[in-house]
Amino acid sequence: MFRFLFSRVALLIPTFIGVSIIAFSFIRLLPGDPITLLAGERGMTEERYQQLQSAMGFDKPLVVQYFNYLLDLLQGDFGTSIVTKRPVLQEFLTLFPATLELSFCAIMLAVLIGVPVGVLAAVRRGSWLDQSVMGSALVGYSMPIFWWGLLLIILFSGILQWTPVSGRISLLYYFPPVTGFMLIDSLLSGQEGAFKSAVSHLVLPTVVLATIPLAVIARQTRSAMLEVLGEDYVRTARAKGLPPRRVIGLHALRNALIPVITTIGLQVGVLLAGAILTETIFSWPGIGKWMVDSVFKRDYAVVQGGLLLIAGIIMIVNLIVDMLYGLVNPRIRH
Amino acid sequence: MASTNTKDPNAAIGLEDGTFIAAGRRARLAEFWYYFRQNRGAVIGLVVFVIIVAIAVLAPLIAPHGPSIQNRGAFLLPPVWEDGGRWEFVLGTDAVGRDILSRLIYGARFSLFIGVVVVSLAVTVGIFVGLMAGYFRGAVDTVVMRMMDIILAFPSLLLALVLVAILGPGLANAMIAIALVQQPHYVRLTRAAVMAEKGRDYVTAARVAGAGNIRLMFKTILPNCTAPLIVQAALSFSTAILDAAALGFLGMGAQPPTPEWGTMLAEAREFILRAWWVVTFPGIAILVTVLAINLMGDGLRDALDPKLKRS
Repeated sequence: MFRFLFSRVALLIPTFIGVSIIAFSFIRLLPGDPITLLAGERGMTEERYQQLQSAMGFDKPLVVQYFNYLLDLLQGDFGTSIVTKRPVLQEFLTLFPATLELSFCAIMLAVLIGVPVGVLAAVRRGSWLDQSVMGSALVGYSMPIFWWGLLLIILFSGILQWTPVSGRISLLYYFPPVTGFMLIDSLLSGQEGAFKSAVSHLVLPTVVLATIPLAVIARQTRSAMLEVLGEDYVRTARAKGLPPRRVIGLHALRNALIPVITTIGLQVGVLLAGAILTETIFSWPGIGKWMVDSVFKRDYAVVQGGLLLIAGIIMIVNLIVDMLYGLVNPRIRH
Repeated sequence: MASTNTKDPNAAIGLEDGTFIAAGRRARLAEFWYYFRQNRGAVIGLVVFVIIVAIAVLAPLIAPHGPSIQNRGAFLLPPVWEDGGRWEFVLGTDAVGRDILSRLIYGARFSLFIGVVVVSLAVTVGIFVGLMAGYFRGAVDTVVMRMMDIILAFPSLLLALVLVAILGPGLANAMIAIALVQQPHYVRLTRAAVMAEKGRDYVTAARVAGAGNIRLMFKTILPNCTAPLIVQAALSFSTAILDAAALGFLGMGAQPPTPEWGTMLAEAREFILRAWWVVTFPGIAILVTVLAINLMGDGLRDALDPKLKRS
């Protein structure tokens, strides 16, 4: 197991270096150079330009610049926002809990509905239930989620007035962030109604973000389950006279879940891409909206740092999924 | 091949060979159609897709208005079945008085165009790179696959967004960016298929017969790797439409007043609580198109991929 872990981590190193080269080149590929961008419309004197260039290291050869960049990264320095002048890492850390909270709720919703529904569809293959589940899954999979979010806002916030349109909690409540997760913080604050407000803000974005992962998980669970149900050991278990519930729940599901775990892991990238759209629609103050806003504000230091941090998260999650996969499926450890 | 000189035995064999291949192809097509037809959803998807293509091609003939004509005195008119709707504007008008139905009809052209361009770009580059990696292996393979891993380490939409920020907002750049983030999938599929085929006897036979690398790669191996690529092409056609619409929605894709569906949604956002129709119809257009293509894609997979057949 240790060697397996080691080989997987070793594989990550070249990828991470590549990712850092992309993030590094990004700011240098832009039309115009960063210092002119920094100067904005006011412009600056030639002298000041030279001074800034040497201060930021842009006058050195690219290779040297890159190594300095890597050194900074290793020390946790991901650059400083051009707009807010705050360190990128600090901004990221304050906004990330919002995205994490939303993504966690979305993936929980997707798994808790997707897996049972996929199992049911497989067990009752060909029935109206199977057909309607698979039909809805395909619609969910084809959904433009930015439009889906707007529709839900029209229905639940506009017509029914059940949920608020945007943000994480009503302005009536204020408490200092403890964990950064609004659901927990609102409970800790002890303010009446705060938790309810946080939940009502969270519902629509969660549903929107969960839509595509839910569809994918349901489809994947169904096909994995169908494959397993045709195996000999399932037939044996049935022939032994075990109750169907036990055959499906214990013998079949445990093996069918192996590919499903990989699918769930792969949804992390989907979630982060979906967070870009979902957070924009619902003005959810997370890293997706942060990236979009930074692209528009031309805050390239943030885009550069954000790209790297997000890619890092995806790589780490993929590693964890690989580990889990090795744990549940001993065959691939070697 | 069609030489009538019967004295030349090779010509006769060639002729026979030719008809044999043609018959084989026809039989395979018939088999494909047999499986495809069994999937009712796939057939529905195909029909809807053909209708959308027809709408896109015939847009100037069937659209009641021009896509950019602003009708004064007809701002934010509701659809015809609502109070205040007019038959002139069946699905209503937007904030500057443009007919929504006409814009949707013209928008079909953009979505299909985006799908075709993105898939062609991604397929061409992806197959070429994947063939190289799978055929030559070694250092080429390692470098290529690490590069693909790097692209796949970013969420596709985020990478596309950043690429468009570098290249400058616009439809052409959005298509290039989306094609770039999609092509790793083709590289991986082609590589895997090539590696599986390369060791087969018919490849060795062709090599012994004196076929060079280029011929082996493109004429001997590639035709036998197409099934998974066709399925992937169908799926990425719909992803391309969705991603382009998402970029348009974020203001980084097609720019107003282009009647691209995602861009229309972006323009409509501020009216969501006042005029539901400006938001609803472009989204339905995207959903129906993507759904039709995905239904077809499922049918293609069932018909082409023997491993998944009848599952």
